[in-house]
Amino acid sequence: MAETVLSLRDIHKSFGGQEVLRGIDLDVTEGEVVCLLGPSGSGKSTLLRTINHLEPPDGGAVFLRDELIGYREANGKLVELTDRVLARQRAKFGMVFQGFNLFPHLSALENVVEAPVLVKREDPEQARARARELLASVGLADRADAYPRHLSGGQQQRVAIARALAMSPAVLLFDEPTSALDPELVGEVLEVMRRLAARGMTMLVVTHEIGFAKDVADRVVFLDGGVVVEQGTAAEVLANPRRRRTREFLTHVR
Amino acid sequence: MSTETPLAPPRPSRPADTRKRVKAPLHPGWWIGSAIVGLTLLNIGNVVVRSPNLDWSVVGEYFLSTDVLLGLLRTVELTAIAMALGIAGGMLLAVMQLSPVPVVSWAAKSYVWFVRGTPLLVHILFWYNLAALVPAVAIEIPFGPTLFEANTNDLITPLLAAVIALSLNEAAYMAEVVRGGLLSVDPGQREAAKALGMTHRQTLRRVVVPQALRVVIPPTGNQVISMLKASALVSVTSTPELLYSVQVIYNNNFKTIPLLVVASAWYLVVTSLLYVVQHYLERRYSRGDRRG
Ligand SMILES: Nc1ncnc2c1ncn2[C@@H]1O[C@H](COP(=O)(O)OP(=O)(O)OP(=O)(O)O)[C@@H](O)[C@H]1O
Ligand SMILES: [Mg+2]
Repeated sequence: MAETVLSLRDIHKSFGGQEVLRGIDLDVTEGEVVCLLGPSGSGKSTLLRTINHLEPPDGGAVFLRDELIGYREANGKLVELTDRVLARQRAKFGMVFQGFNLFPHLSALENVVEAPVLVKREDPEQARARARELLASVGLADRADAYPRHLSGGQQQRVAIARALAMSPAVLLFDEPTSALDPELVGEVLEVMRRLAARGMTMLVVTHEIGFAKDVADRVVFLDGGVVVEQGTAAEVLANPRRRRTREFLTHVR
Repeated sequence: MSTETPLAPPRPSRPADTRKRVKAPLHPGWWIGSAIVGLTLLNIGNVVVRSPNLDWSVVGEYFLSTDVLLGLLRTVELTAIAMALGIAGGMLLAVMQLSPVPVVSWAAKSYVWFVRGTPLLVHILFWYNLAALVPAVAIEIPFGPTLFEANTNDLITPLLAAVIALSLNEAAYMAEVVRGGLLSVDPGQREAAKALGMTHRQTLRRVVVPQALRVVIPPTGNQVISMLKASALVSVTSTPELLYSVQVIYNNNFKTIPLLVVASAWYLVVTSLLYVVQHYLERRYSRGDRRG
């Protein structure tokens, strides 16, 4: 069996007394594509954000391979890491947001070059060459010098994917990457994600695109009320859901 | 009547020459208004040019005189120093206001509330008369030797009092400007930067500040222009800036109006230059906004 890359152990998270994540366990193996489904408010985004410690979990632990994320152990307690060490850990995850979040004051190329040069201290010339390759790989070789404002939503999201890939992440986290797109632009982004999956990228994808999950996901995880209700291969969960909540959700999305 | 209405209007059989066109005539109100404005301007012009009290030769005589130029230099210095300190203080206050520590944000908000709620002229008089409140200043180690001791009046010269009053006042206004700039940056920008592995400082320097600058530059430019004019207020404490310099001259020769014209002309020259700089900076920092 393939090596486990990402492990979540009993993750809990509350916001002002409301428990949003109520003990989540999840393992993702090398090269696996896991699609996370669930109704609005079920805690999908929160779960994704606890993985790279954008949101510190209240309980439980996240491991990237054997590395504990966000904390170090001292005298049997977990002590939150300093900003600098946290930043170094976050660089190992790539994250793609629903709203793209490209840097508007930088061109597409500069968006991709920024983190490798600033965070990884890569040589600027090499980073630029690599960024051009990445932009070409998402079909945007000719838009390298455009500012985000002048790109379509689909193009912006593809730049955002290239930007995440430039850090050579161990895992790519997607939070509804196509939800903000006009319907005719969804396909081009999903196509890029399909190719990443085929190249063996480890991906955790929050999405409402059932078709994508069916075609690409090695495993589908259904989340509701802050717990994993059901999981299995796409065929199992999507075609023959065992739980009533999953069935209800699927009839709504389709 | 006919039962069918044609969908397209009938074409004129002989189209007019489409290159010749005449604008719609102006409403008569515009002509009357223009006449009133014109007459008023003529009258003002008549007073300005012909009045014996506005002696243009005096204006010319003093415009480049040493005392006036020294005053102008002092005004520009005061503006530059007070703005620099005010911007630094404003950034500090803005960060304090956004701090998660309640005491810190409360202190900064109270400061801004107090300063913005009281007249600048009062601040200037207060700092000028500080000796009445604190006669002497000393730095000493408790129960130990005195390292430094001075009379407040020797320490706080009129110029220093002016700098302190203008800077502290400006800091409160700049705090609002900077805070607005920082808040204008979408929280998703910080998230994206953090997710890429940037530290807090890198996020601020490379992502937040460049975007906040675009929002901050236009009002900061306006603050500089306001400061240049507000610095004239420190003439009340005999600080030899531009206005005080011409006051000294007209108190001797009674050419009040021509010398006020001299001062105004210089203020106009400098503010106009500042507008040009502001315009240039705005264009430079709107990168990604217009070009593509
Ligand atoms: N920073 C926050 N402060 C307070 N409450 C929050 C915060 N973030 C999320 N929540 C709450 O936690 C719950 C789960 O939110 P989350 O965004 O994780 O859901 P989601 O599954 O991603 O939903 P959606 O499909 O709408 O994106 C919601 O009730 C939300 O209001
Ligand atoms: Mg969400």
